[in-house]
Amino acid sequence: MSEHPLLSVRDLKVDFPTRRGTLKAIDGISFDIARGEILGVVGESGAGKSLTGSAIIGLLEPPGRISGGEVRLKGDRIDNLPAKAMRHIRGKRIGMIFQDPLTSLNPLFTIGEQIVETIMAHLPVSEREARERAVHLLDEVGIPAASQRLGAYPHQFSGGMRQRVVIALALCAEPELVIADEPTTALDVSVQAQIIRLLKRICRDHGASVMLITHDMGVIAETCDRVAVMYSGRIAEIGPVADVVRAPRHPYTIGLMGAIPTLDATEDRLTQIPGSMPRLDAIPSGCAFNPRCAHVFARCRQERPEPIDVGSSKVACWLAEEDGSRTIVDKKKADQLS
Amino acid sequence: MPPVVEVSNLSRTFDVSKPWLNRVLERAPKAYLKAAQDISFSIGKGETFALVGESGSGKSTVAKMVVGLLAASEGEIRIDGVDMRKSRNTAAMRGLRRRIQMIFQDPYASLNPRWRVDRIIAEPIRAFGLERGEQAISARVGELLELVRLNPRDGAKYPHEFSGGQRQRICIARALASRPEFIVCDEPTSALDVSVQAQILNLMRDLQDEFGLTYLFISHDLAVVRHMAARIGVMYLGRLVEVAKAGELFGNPQHPYTRMLLEAIPDLNMTGRPRKAVEGEIPNPINPPPGCSFHPRCPLANERCRIERPAFLTRQPATGVACHAVEEGRA
Repeated sequence: MSEHPLLSVRDLKVDFPTRRGTLKAIDGISFDIARGEILGVVGESGAGKSLTGSAIIGLLEPPGRISGGEVRLKGDRIDNLPAKAMRHIRGKRIGMIFQDPLTSLNPLFTIGEQIVETIMAHLPVSEREARERAVHLLDEVGIPAASQRLGAYPHQFSGGMRQRVVIALALCAEPELVIADEPTTALDVSVQAQIIRLLKRICRDHGASVMLITHDMGVIAETCDRVAVMYSGRIAEIGPVADVVRAPRHPYTIGLMGAIPTLDATEDRLTQIPGSMPRLDAIPSGCAFNPRCAHVFARCRQERPEPIDVGSSKVACWLAEEDGSRTIVDKKKADQLS
Repeated sequence: MPPVVEVSNLSRTFDVSKPWLNRVLERAPKAYLKAAQDISFSIGKGETFALVGESGSGKSTVAKMVVGLLAASEGEIRIDGVDMRKSRNTAAMRGLRRRIQMIFQDPYASLNPRWRVDRIIAEPIRAFGLERGEQAISARVGELLELVRLNPRDGAKYPHEFSGGQRQRICIARALASRPEFIVCDEPTSALDVSVQAQILNLMRDLQDEFGLTYLFISHDLAVVRHMAARIGVMYLGRLVEVAKAGELFGNPQHPYTRMLLEAIPDLNMTGRPRKAVEGEIPNPINPPPGCSFHPRCPLANERCRIERPAFLTRQPATGVACHAVEEGRA
């Protein structure tokens, strides 16, 4: 065992050069994923969570490009690898699950062909062994009568079953890391719970770490060990799920948690954060959240806060500076959740 | 207090048969999709009644039938006592239509991109002839924009200049333009982010208090429904399976499907309560299971459930459940 975390992202920046200037979609984010850990990445649309995933596996859509920082897998840099070398990592060492299971499967091939092809591309096995492995995997993800379903096409499966196939596909080369981008967003609630449970169990059985990208804080709370809250291409707060959910420190996280209607809630009004996330061409200077923040002061408008340690979390907020004693904690919310 | 909206035995069937030639060649019979069957509920004045269900449960079909965007196959929709399907009194119908409005799910698709916002909001005012003269109309539009917390000057802009949340505010302003009493909201916040969703839900509640609006609220998100509605109807495969007061439904759910849905919601509180695994998926609605359509997924199903469809048992006024197990006390 080496001392490197499985995945280490340092000061990652993603730019989109346009005619009107360069848009900073991701502006200096750093985080680690330990072996066997499930890290949640949560944020509203446009926060840069999916881009972070694409940047790590080298699938940024041009003109998007990594303009700074580094991504290390077990200590080896992977952000500057040539395309061919990256192809050996993608699928083999890092598996992917996308939001829409219908578009991530090829409609013209049977699921058996797709899984066997993927296994043979990454592992030195014969076709027969690959087929056996495919059946075993489909069985593991809960496809009934797996050996008979190998010849079925994606359209013959329901949405939940398709996402199970995609999970099998992502895990077929025993990857060390699985990046799941909104894996349950396209599914109904009752199926969503099944898929989340499956993803969690199967990644534990295979010893794979997971980076789970979602906008649903409930899914994060159920599934993850740690969570990173993103806002405008930056990490506002990152820490153990229990801490972030029950005692959020960053004003944005506090607002976000208060805005989610809860089942046992009797409150008349939801906490609301005024305004909406800034567009990429109009990110304010200093802290990107400052125009919407209730606790804003002069420094927030001039200097950008870097994440600093507060307890077991890291929080990028000037209020959390010094010893953390000035940290605001929404008492009501904290009490309600505990 | 008489209910504003009374829906009884409402059904809608869609013909989803293949083209005639295919039917002849493949000897395939005609196929029908029963999107909504035997739906009955009523909504009191100033009340929010919600319909929840997963995709394909027929909740949007019911919403469209209630506002008249979709013709019902069977059943009655009475609004203020007037039968919307049979009434031939055009003047009364016209007056009634003004009082019913709808807010749609996708604020990107429900605004004409080539019209300025003030023209969009003024359309119902002009259509119903509610104000006289351009000046009065533009004053009213400004008032409506302020009502939804936008700037009256925003009226000169086009929809693409607004964010999703702001567009939904414009949709709400348009719905309010005809001074309605009853608004059907079909998933009004499911295309929005959580922090924006909270703004819109708060706004909708404020407007309800201010104007005494009656809402029919359609959503798949139980937490949102819990927050908004006084009474909730749970739909499964085109049928209402349970209607209950919000507190009752979440505190003491009766129908096994309602219980399963509540089990399935990811828990923000992480209380670590043991959760039963949810089984199966929604069957194909073209060919639903016989008997109770939920029986293949139901832990309480027995022989009777497989053969006989449970009737909707009305309990206290305006609530009820359709389940043999509940009826027999097995639940």
